[in-house]
Amino acid sequence: MTALGAALAAHSVVKRFGAVTALDGVSMHAAPGETVALVGESGSGKTTLLRCFNALTVPDAGRVTVDDTDVAGADPVALRRRIGYVQQDGGLLPHWTVQRNVELVPRLRAMPDAAARAAEALDLVGLDAARFGARWPRDLSGGQRQRVAIARALAAHPDAVLLDEPFGALDAITRGELREAFAALRARLRLTTVIVTHDLSEAVALADRVVVLHGGRVEQNAAPRDLLAAPATDYVRTLLARAGVRP
Amino acid sequence: MTLLALLFALAVQTGDSAVARPVVVASKPFGESYVLAEMFAQILEARGMTVDRRLGLGATQIAFTALRAGAIDVYPEYTGTGLVAILHETPTGDRAQVYREVAAQFRARWDARWLPPLGFENTYAIAVRRATADSLHLRTLTDLARAAPDLRAGLTPDFIGRDDGLPGLARAYGMHFAAVRALLPAVKYQALAAGGVDVIDGYSTDGLIARYDLVVLRDDRDFFPPYEAAPLASGALARRNPAAIAALSELAGRLDATTMRRLNERVEVTGEPAATVAHDELRALGLVDQHAAHAAPASAGRGSFAAYLWSRRATLGAETARHVLLVAISLLVAILIAVPLGLVLERAPRAAEGVIRVVGLLQTVPGIALLAFMLPLLGIGVVPALVALTLYALLPIVRNTYTGVRDADPSATAAARALGMTPRQVLLQVRLPLAAPVMFAGIRTAGVIAVGTATLAAFIGAGGLGDPIVAGLALNDTRMVLSGAIPAALLALATDAVLALAERLAAPEGLG
Repeated sequence: MTALGAALAAHSVVKRFGAVTALDGVSMHAAPGETVALVGESGSGKTTLLRCFNALTVPDAGRVTVDDTDVAGADPVALRRRIGYVQQDGGLLPHWTVQRNVELVPRLRAMPDAAARAAEALDLVGLDAARFGARWPRDLSGGQRQRVAIARALAAHPDAVLLDEPFGALDAITRGELREAFAALRARLRLTTVIVTHDLSEAVALADRVVVLHGGRVEQNAAPRDLLAAPATDYVRTLLARAGVRP
Repeated sequence: MTLLALLFALAVQTGDSAVARPVVVASKPFGESYVLAEMFAQILEARGMTVDRRLGLGATQIAFTALRAGAIDVYPEYTGTGLVAILHETPTGDRAQVYREVAAQFRARWDARWLPPLGFENTYAIAVRRATADSLHLRTLTDLARAAPDLRAGLTPDFIGRDDGLPGLARAYGMHFAAVRALLPAVKYQALAAGGVDVIDGYSTDGLIARYDLVVLRDDRDFFPPYEAAPLASGALARRNPAAIAALSELAGRLDATTMRRLNERVEVTGEPAATVAHDELRALGLVDQHAAHAAPASAGRGSFAAYLWSRRATLGAETARHVLLVAISLLVAILIAVPLGLVLERAPRAAEGVIRVVGLLQTVPGIALLAFMLPLLGIGVVPALVALTLYALLPIVRNTYTGVRDADPSATAAARALGMTPRQVLLQVRLPLAAPVMFAGIRTAGVIAVGTATLAAFIGAGGLGDPIVAGLALNDTRMVLSGAIPAALLALATDAVLALAERLAAPEGLG
């Protein structure tokens, strides 16, 4: 697992929902192997931007690319099978065992070693496949469920992985544990990752670069160190203060 | 839809292809009609013909439509009923005039034949308790009209709507009751005797008038037309089987009102089987010989309920099997229609609510009315019953499929799509399995409703456990009613249990 994965990029992306402009000309990119955090309050457009990368959202204007492929011209089903996705509540299929859930994408891609890949992915997130594979999602704790969801996103060795508030629904202790596990995984895999969070301290702790969104526009796009040292706008400064993160 | 068409084709085919076709004898659902139909059937059998009995058909409308449609060949009818309820003419004229009128009109308009009258009239008998008659000095309908605003009437639904019934009485006598309740023939005498109502519409030949010591009020303005009883046969029977017409004509003028009242009393009061009573009378008239004795169940009328059920076991088994078949086929067809429909609606949410409301509207049409609407199209028997039962079963299945799939774990559905499942894979592998328990709950509801509704199938000659219920109500035979109602209730419980098991098996393991 040393592949760096794809480069993701958004160029002047605009997305409107009725009268509301969710994305107002956003540009950003994630280099191969880089972890980028999209940070903002609800309504900032961060989740909308994330969903542009696997074609769950189709932009009204601008371009979204995965490597050099324009997402608009790609087959969305094939694209999604190459890009891991973790949503806030995990979204495990309740009628499938843990093992079957994690085998989902390898099987969709007709990989012959789906079971082995699932076991490997479970191992990566710290769950023993022999112990957890046969369990039902309802028998897991919230933290275990999110681990399985992450394992499911990684099992097919995707080109990139998208995470939408992956730790948002967990209690503080579990969230801390999962952040640590995520940091370890990130160091080990060096896989292109975009993670959405409303928590600036989480973004600073987990990402190589932080993109702060406000009202559908980019407020600042910088490495955590630079962000802390030189907040570009009053808004970023307020956000830093509120998160209790100080330069 | 294909299956329905197939069933329909089958039914039509069996209707046409039979070479030595039996004579289909029907009756309306009251005691006298059963006795007369049995006499028709037995005299035909005694003359070497095979007979198919369809006794207890809904009411005048259903029986006559069935005759016109060729689904039945002959049933006992009354000239006055033909004149007013079917021809919608004003009730006028004497016996002979009315008979000539209906005979000519029915032949010209519907190719139906009024065979020679049986010899008695059975007119409406507006009856009150003797105490009521005495205290209010009631002798005639004119007297009754005067007292009517203080009296509650319990009338058969037929009578409430017919021109020669309540509407006509209101015009002719200015009769307006304080309250009018619709009562089935089977219960109106008990209701009157128990004081639940004060006035009922009886038949002049009813066996129960004497038993309850009722006073029949005289029609002093000659409002009711003559109601001469006669076999009403189809023209097709007359052409196909002149011997049947000849045999039925042997009954001409052989029954007077006293005889008929005595026969009705044996059935309605003593509880003897209509077949036995009919046979005894045919023998007394010398129309059938002793050896052709109709085998009446020996234990009928006496013994425990268990023994009674045991004596009826063969019939009961056949009725139950027919009932199960009606429910199973209609439920299966309903599933084949409703599940795809529910899935289509889920993709077209804008149309969904409207369509579900229309399907729901079907549910509000009373069973007997739905069956009556379909008579001209589908005739009587199994096919219209299956169509009606299928229509009733649609709503719970469509609604539960639609909402079950629509509301299936939104988070799991979103994740499945986001990870690269095609819409088809999301439907088949995620939404349908997750919706299965809700869908099966709908099928279970539909199944239990179908078992209950299928008892109405007896009104259109489709058989099943409704047969003893309808016949028992008509013949005032509680045990016969129970012999249908109890198995029907047990069948509903069994259906619920079986479908509950299916529901559990269908539920994906990880749920709950």
